[in-house]
Amino acid sequence: MNNVGQLTSVKWDEEGKTFELHLTGKIKQQLSADPTLRPEYLSSLGLTKFTQRATEVALGKRSQAILENRVLGVHTPGFTAAMRLGAELLRHWYDVNAAWCGPVYLSSPCDDSLAGIFQAAGIQDIREYYYWDDKQRDICLDKLLEDLETAPEQSVVVLAASAHCPTGADLSQNQWAVITQLILRRRLFPFLMLPAQALCYGDLERDAWPVQLCASNGIELLCAQSFSHCFGLYGEAVGHLLCVLKHNSLLLSVQSQADKIVKSLWSQPSVGGARVVATVLSNPAHLVEWQGEVKHIVERCMLIREVLRERLRLLGTPGCWDHLTQQRGLYCCMGLNGQQVEFLSKWRHVYLLPSGCLNVSAINGRNLSYVAESIHLALTTSL
Amino acid sequence: MSVFSDVPQASPVAVFKLTADFREDSHPLKVNLGVGAYRTDDSQPWVLPVVKKVERLIVEDSSLNHEYLPILGLPEFRSAASKVALGDDSPAIAENRVGGVQTLGGTGALRIGADFLWRWYNGTNKTATPVYVSAPTWENHNGVFTDAGFKDIRPYRYWDAAKRGLDLTGLLDDLENAPERSIFVLHACAHNPTGTDPSQDEWKKIAEVMKRRKLFVFFDSAYQGFASGSLERDAWAIRFFVSDGFELFVAQSFSKNFGLYNERVGNLTVVAHDSKSLACTLSQMEKIVRTCWSNPPSQGARIVSKTLNSPELFAEWKGNVKTMADRVLLMRDQLKTKLQALGTPGTWEHITQQIGMFSFTGLNPKQVEYMIKQKHVYLMASGRINMCGLTTKNIDYVAQSIHEAVTKVQ
Repeated sequence: MNNVGQLTSVKWDEEGKTFELHLTGKIKQQLSADPTLRPEYLSSLGLTKFTQRATEVALGKRSQAILENRVLGVHTPGFTAAMRLGAELLRHWYDVNAAWCGPVYLSSPCDDSLAGIFQAAGIQDIREYYYWDDKQRDICLDKLLEDLETAPEQSVVVLAASAHCPTGADLSQNQWAVITQLILRRRLFPFLMLPAQALCYGDLERDAWPVQLCASNGIELLCAQSFSHCFGLYGEAVGHLLCVLKHNSLLLSVQSQADKIVKSLWSQPSVGGARVVATVLSNPAHLVEWQGEVKHIVERCMLIREVLRERLRLLGTPGCWDHLTQQRGLYCCMGLNGQQVEFLSKWRHVYLLPSGCLNVSAINGRNLSYVAESIHLALTTSL
Repeated sequence: MSVFSDVPQASPVAVFKLTADFREDSHPLKVNLGVGAYRTDDSQPWVLPVVKKVERLIVEDSSLNHEYLPILGLPEFRSAASKVALGDDSPAIAENRVGGVQTLGGTGALRIGADFLWRWYNGTNKTATPVYVSAPTWENHNGVFTDAGFKDIRPYRYWDAAKRGLDLTGLLDDLENAPERSIFVLHACAHNPTGTDPSQDEWKKIAEVMKRRKLFVFFDSAYQGFASGSLERDAWAIRFFVSDGFELFVAQSFSKNFGLYNERVGNLTVVAHDSKSLACTLSQMEKIVRTCWSNPPSQGARIVSKTLNSPELFAEWKGNVKTMADRVLLMRDQLKTKLQALGTPGTWEHITQQIGMFSFTGLNPKQVEYMIKQKHVYLMASGRINMCGLTTKNIDYVAQSIHEAVTKVQ
């Protein structure tokens, strides 16, 4: 049997190749023929047209924070870079007088690179809050709230606005309402993540709803965004860090410090991918075309989820698989333990994330049966 | 109450402030000699013809894989970039002890190298190891090493203002007295901001002391090909050190010599003693990159890689680079000639002796202020000018302005 390959990162089409949006390809061609684009250094904070659009899609065009000019947007070379910049800003500038140095709370489980990013910025006090419950195959809100309730004031809490990695389980709007109240009450600082905006519902603003909720509640926040997934610009490192401040008077200072941090990390971001995104988001016709393509991706993911769930049911695979179709987006937690994950990679050449989660879009018509069988075997073979 | 209430405003970076002031100036004869990028004789940025060609090839290549690049970057880019620095026939490459890390420009390469050294170099003393940068140097060197965690950053003597040249005695003295295993940031060619490079003999003297004192060599190579028009000549110092048995880092930037300023194309070349050390070093660098930008951007690296790996495109690129270098050399020659013709007091030999984009004119801060305020010719307070800002159209005005500054202002 051929090597089925990675069911971890990156989106694949039915042929198992990385998906490039048709529109993205078209825009890239246009841009390459554009004589007005100059090979010059950008500002450290990146392409202005891009940061304006990225800020708008996160907060909504009519956001009070934008109108009051108290939002800082920094174009970064990718999502990790946005998280790193945010971590550095917090480390150096969060409550200067109190010499704040953590704690930072990450969900359990979370992307395995997150802790390292905060540590690299010099924050060692990293803790977990309860998130995914294996038995319920869902988020356990009660335990989550318990953990955040006991977090020290001024803790930073990293929360996925949508497309939680690696579980794919997202908080509902009601759950967000409860959490924002807790954040206000306990004076916590939210650092939100939007790694795959628009890939849950095919709608940019819907995925950003939690960010808008926090902002409209007057909460200061950081938000790291990536446009790699939803524009098929993987190799192009298109990231953005949003910082919503309480007062406009703070904007220049925080901006100058962000500038200083960027200068000694990567100097300025790369422009290519950001130009594509800015072009699409600034043009109503492109936007409509783009939304069509994204909807198609989202529908394909939902279809795979349905078919996988049905196949597991037919195989009689033990466990409940409803969460496969109740959740949305690219990632899904299969509830497999470490041994089972190892079994899959070693004996079936099916590679999942160590947490037992997989990227749904890596499954296609040709490998679906094999993948479903493999999962079945992992769960039924005594290891 | 905002958690950012007490954040002070950071002071602006001088060179960008200069450009901002220049933009706001409405004087018809204004000239910007502060910018750090290449300009044509029409004062325009230049897309290299080979880059345009390769960009089109890439955009039309439907077989191209759009995935994330590996953390260490595009493999064919990394190997080609290291080869350009060390030479096709480099024994170190043949011995499998050379590796590269694709980075976000030259800055990214410096940062990853600095982060690595802070974590892994010099045993238990690592974070206290002194880092030496030239006096003067590119101002970001300080920032990068400081933010990587180094607390002890010192200048080593370099520019002799009186003789308008290299202070070799001072340099060698500082090398001799530096604590063993100190890190030294050396400019491979076209020193920024002075434009003054050691001669081959001087490099040999430098290497001798560095070897004896076990000092760590960290080359910053942002202008290969751009300085003399020859890739080999501009890499002589690097290749000499490698052939002399040194382990070293080279932070390479392709911003200037490919005109890819905003695509952020850099490479950190690592030359290790043996392939096992190399592998371990790269594995640790991978961990560092993972928490910084994780996967580097592909566009610029693909352009450079395609160009370097195709004999035809490589030749075309060398031609484009020579075009840029030749224009700079022409401007140097003309400026010197005009100043001599005007009878401007002082010697101006250094204008043509210096190399690369920048020249330390020797103008003092008062004279610089005169140039900016009275003549609307913008240059750095240090007297540094970017030769690329000179064109056949403005060179007479600039020469005249320098003449006035030197004769009227002391």
